[in-house]
Amino acid sequence: MAITIKEVEYIARLANLEFSPEEKERFTHQLSQIIDYMGKLQELDTEGVEPTSHIIPVSNVFREDRVSPSLPRDEAIRNAPDKGEGFVKVPKFLET
Amino acid sequence: MELYRLDIRGLHQLIKKREVSCYEVCRAIGERIQSVEDKIGAYNTLLLEQALEHARQIDQQISQGGEVGYLTGIPLAIKDVISTKGVLTSCSSRILGNFVPPYDATVIEKLKAEGMVLLGKTNLDEFAMGSSTENSAFKLTHNPWSLEHIPGGSSGGSAAAVAADEAVAALGSDTGGSIRQPAACCGVVGLKPTYGRVSRYGLVAFASSLDQIGPIAKTVYDAAIILKVISGKDDCDSTSVDRPVPDYIAELEKPLGKLRVGIPKEYFAEGLHPEVKGRVEDALRTIERLGAKVVEVSLPHTEYAIATYYLVATAEASSNLARYDGVRYGYRAQQYETLKEMYVNSRSQGFGPEVKRRIMLGTYALSAGYYDAYYLKALKVRTLLKGDFDAAFKEVELICTPTMPTPPFRLGEKIDDPLEMYLSDIYTVTANLAGLPALSLPCGFADSHLPIGLQIIGPPFEEGRILRLAHAYEQEAGYFRNKPPI
Repeated sequence: MAITIKEVEYIARLANLEFSPEEKERFTHQLSQIIDYMGKLQELDTEGVEPTSHIIPVSNVFREDRVSPSLPRDEAIRNAPDKGEGFVKVPKFLET
Repeated sequence: MELYRLDIRGLHQLIKKREVSCYEVCRAIGERIQSVEDKIGAYNTLLLEQALEHARQIDQQISQGGEVGYLTGIPLAIKDVISTKGVLTSCSSRILGNFVPPYDATVIEKLKAEGMVLLGKTNLDEFAMGSSTENSAFKLTHNPWSLEHIPGGSSGGSAAAVAADEAVAALGSDTGGSIRQPAACCGVVGLKPTYGRVSRYGLVAFASSLDQIGPIAKTVYDAAIILKVISGKDDCDSTSVDRPVPDYIAELEKPLGKLRVGIPKEYFAEGLHPEVKGRVEDALRTIERLGAKVVEVSLPHTEYAIATYYLVATAEASSNLARYDGVRYGYRAQQYETLKEMYVNSRSQGFGPEVKRRIMLGTYALSAGYYDAYYLKALKVRTLLKGDFDAAFKEVELICTPTMPTPPFRLGEKIDDPLEMYLSDIYTVTANLAGLPALSLPCGFADSHLPIGLQIIGPPFEEGRILRLAHAYEQEAGYFRNKPPI
């Protein structure tokens, strides 16, 4: 197995996801198969090869630091599941 | 011929000459949608009443001397991963099932400025992750050529709509083949521009270094019309390139000239279905008759492309999809005790299995201990893959390949085997990894009467050259005249 259930649980925690026991089993099996296949890349010697994270030769694309109109607040938060007084509401997470 | 069968070019002539009104065009397509949509399932959202009203307004403007551009009054369908102001943009996901963007994507602004009529939003694989549109959280889309077969993915809804004449043309998005492959499955034209040619502002991000928006159309000429309108530098997208946009229609009409077309031997090896090979070879003979010289080239790292793609794309996706946490928009779970639980429950309930699989894969590839062996390694192989194309384009002006290794498969056939589904992307992912423009157009049919696509890949920003060859081949071969029996 390229990946264990324990590792799947760990990755899920990192990704803010949770699975049922059946899903965990299925994912462990499928992810193992896929990760095994990815191992193919180890066949290649990439010594001295630069990684390509961005395909076009463009960098530092800046604009003038000029204030211009942006979305009105009410529109910007219109899709929020819970809101009030112009703010998005979330459960309390700081103990005071 | 019925109005709904016509292409942009044909309808534009009629509208410009005032032989037909935009309202009549829109109504004809609306009726066509009503008669076949329950079999095809191309649309997530239909805006037929608003479209008719808009068409009426455009007719008014024309009668008062308003300009009639190529897209004035033309009804288009938009893949539901592109933001449309005030109109549900769901990405075919439950996690955005109620998301209404407060702004238009740049491509939508540009199309609206040219007078397009928005028909609706089309179905896709959830978050553009898939090759069959079976990963949609909402509905199945059927191939108009055979309802038991896939329309391709992830832009299956857009491709099916165009093939079934439920839209004159459409927009799709392509990260690993998602415009070209469904175009091939549905017997229509699909173009993925050079990375940076078209603004991604308003495109819900899947893999930021691979995603591009592009046209899906009935003919190459129509694709050129749309490409011209949507291309160009955008201040809202810092990855869009500041390069003048050619007149793609003028480019397409130029003579072919001396053209060397490369056939990569690695794309014609084991795994290529004989019927696909046969049709593509027929197409190559036609291309030779048109005056091009067909030569063999080599793209030696091809066999590593899928592994590279599924590491780079999923890593980027895991980062891009971290924003779906139930806080500012989208689905928020009802039950949770803590903030963290709210995130976990919202995401676990809102995302479908393929999306979760890719997030997991990407997170794994980026995690400490695995980053070097997987993600960084993939980025290095990406350099090698790009190098293959750079070398090949020293020998040839364009590269031709099949778009898909097999004819379109049946609905349900590969959905339980994710790796097998991934392997079917082998011919398309390379253009995304190398940032190259690529187009698919019909080149015949399998014995089952399902369409087969020919792919043409070009060097960066050579869309004009691709369109020229595609147009010449298309007119000679004539497959654009074939319509599905629906």
